[in-house]
Amino acid sequence: MTGTTPLVEMKNIELAFGGIKAVDDVTVDLFAGEVVGLLGHNGAGKSTLIKILSGAYQADAGEIYVNGELATIRNPRDAHSYNIETIYQTLALADNLDAAANLFLGREIVTRFGMVDDDAMEAETRKIMGRLNPNFVKFSSPVSALSGGQRQSVAITRAVYFNARILIMDEPTAALGPQETEMVAELIKQLKSEGIGIFLISHDIHDVMGLCDRVSVMKNGRLVGTQNVDDVTDDEILAMIILGKNPERN
Amino acid sequence: MTKPSSTRGPSKSNVEGLFPRFLRATEIDARLLGMIAALVLIWVGFHYYGKIVNGYGAFLTPRNLWNLSVQTASIAVMATGMVLVIVTRHIDLSVGSILGFTAMSMAIIQVWILPDLIGLGHPMIWVIAVVCGLVIGALIGALHGYLIAYLGIPAFIVTLGGLLVWRGAAFLLARGETISPVDATFSKLGGGPYGAVGATTSWIIGIVACVAVLLMLWQGRRQRKRFDFPLRPLWAEGFLATVGCGLIIGFVVLVNSYPWPKGIVKKYAAANNIDTPINEIFISHGFAIPVLILIGVGIIMTILTTRTRFGRYVFAIGGNPDAAELSGINTRWVTLKVFALMGTLCALGAVISSARLGSATNNLGTLDELYVIAAVVIGGTSFSGGIGTIYGAILGALVMQALQTGMILIGFDAAIQQMVVGAVLVAAVWIDTLYRRRSGV
Ligand SMILES: Nc1ncnc2c1ncn2[C@@H]1O[C@H](COP(=O)(O)OP(=O)(O)OP(=O)(O)O)[C@@H](O)[C@H]1O
Ligand SMILES: [Mg+2]
Repeated sequence: MTGTTPLVEMKNIELAFGGIKAVDDVTVDLFAGEVVGLLGHNGAGKSTLIKILSGAYQADAGEIYVNGELATIRNPRDAHSYNIETIYQTLALADNLDAAANLFLGREIVTRFGMVDDDAMEAETRKIMGRLNPNFVKFSSPVSALSGGQRQSVAITRAVYFNARILIMDEPTAALGPQETEMVAELIKQLKSEGIGIFLISHDIHDVMGLCDRVSVMKNGRLVGTQNVDDVTDDEILAMIILGKNPERN
Repeated sequence: MTKPSSTRGPSKSNVEGLFPRFLRATEIDARLLGMIAALVLIWVGFHYYGKIVNGYGAFLTPRNLWNLSVQTASIAVMATGMVLVIVTRHIDLSVGSILGFTAMSMAIIQVWILPDLIGLGHPMIWVIAVVCGLVIGALIGALHGYLIAYLGIPAFIVTLGGLLVWRGAAFLLARGETISPVDATFSKLGGGPYGAVGATTSWIIGIVACVAVLLMLWQGRRQRKRFDFPLRPLWAEGFLATVGCGLIIGFVVLVNSYPWPKGIVKKYAAANNIDTPINEIFISHGFAIPVLILIGVGIIMTILTTRTRFGRYVFAIGGNPDAAELSGINTRWVTLKVFALMGTLCALGAVISSARLGSATNNLGTLDELYVIAAVVIGGTSFSGGIGTIYGAILGALVMQALQTGMILIGFDAAIQQMVVGAVLVAAVWIDTLYRRRSGV
């Protein structure tokens, strides 16, 4: 990962809610084919940071560079146009619509008369779901009738379907069983090998150590530091999260 | 909104009751059946109540049902727009006043302004008046939508303000006068013997509709085959085709069996030099024009809600506004369009109401907002957002109107009518809540 321009660079990002700085002067970057873990205690500002990248929030200060060029991301549509796809912690599904309608929400397949083509979308959904979660069968129920894990597969499918180059996953396995979690891990490895850059937020250190190339740790809205996973131990990461202390060496 | 695809899941092999299996195979909504049952109950109930108590059942007559269809049209047209408003978790209290204001504007255009400009009785008068009315309605709705979506003022407040503002504005426009008579062609849009299309045209419309139903079923089946989805059993397709065409033909027969009244026939015979004795002339009304307008609006609005991106976004916003926004939907713009559409449909309601009355009065449309909202809610649209259908709202309007007409026919006085309508509204929503809790939607 040396020498090339990063896929994404978020520089000196700041965002305050009321008086509280949820993100305070944070700089992170991500290269193609790399998985960067974002760690931190609850309320550290991880979700807020990535929501700035996905267009859900606008930063008060700081810049975002995509492929080395200054990017303006004012809303989720802008983010989509940079091929940034997001799995939100809250999943962000419309509960009254079915899986296919959610997968294609905002980017529906239309017929030549401009009408939404539900059948084509369902067929596509069946195809990709068959790859990601073959156990999923409830294609015609509204997603409110799905289990937490099934809902999560819908959200994951949505992020993967549209040829993301930059993928943001905010606790993608929080509601998944062991088998499904394993499937997401496989998926992450596969996407990585296809050259996609992934920001992965997780509270599971083992997950992170196993899947990520680097980790960036946040505490109280500030960046504690970024480390190569090969250079640090689990305990050192924990110390970064809890104490906000970078490992001391050379 | 689930797509009509409830049979696409894995076929259940365990034994199922006959009725649930019937519903699943035909993909008929249980709620729809419930509403139709309620409607039939009301109709039959009023008819036999009249027969037993007053010695004459006046409800199930071509004359009454034809009038019922005309009286329902204005409220039902507005109700289709209110579905979208309520689905997006908003409310519009101003529809009655927008109706009043646009009716007044159209009347002034055709009575005070256009005759001076292009001459009294010019054939374009009604067209210009209607187009102006629709544009005015759309602009008012868009203004409301802008205040709600872009300035963040709650819809309840904006449209409560609108209720007062537009009623007052209508009064100012006409200085409190009643404007009449409206243009002769315009008044046909409100129904009446001259505002109906007659027997032959009604049959043509009916046959075209039947062909359309068959084509839709066939197209749906072809589409499912293309994607290898499970098909409806053939008997279910046959059932749907039979019921669909049967209802259409029944409706045509009904409107064609209501003849013009004697007075009008006499005038007509005199004008056309017909010497057949008046008693032997039977001229059918056929479909009333406002009913055709309603059917057209119903079809367009159904396509809009179920088959277009706009409709999909409306339901997504209702289901989860944040998710809709995060999916890249411009939720404010969609909201503005919903209210603009509502305003346009109010203007269309105004066309029907004022044409039917032959004039625009100051209190035209008063309390309509309540009937429209009641119709939508009885039709199964949920105030928690994201759920509702166009056909439900139209049926809801029909239920409301049937109740009112029925009570008038059997001689209930106005006070009791109000109380019954109010109680039915609350009861309908209660039943709906129970239904939702049980079926988990
Ligand atoms: N919409 C909001 N309005 C006000 N404050 C907010 C909002 N969203 C987040 N915050 C605050 O910003 C801070 C960071 O929140 P954030 O959701 O980014 O944390 P997180 O690191 O994702 O935590 P978790 O691990 O629990 O998901 C918290 O103090 C939170 O209370
Ligand atoms: Mg979070």
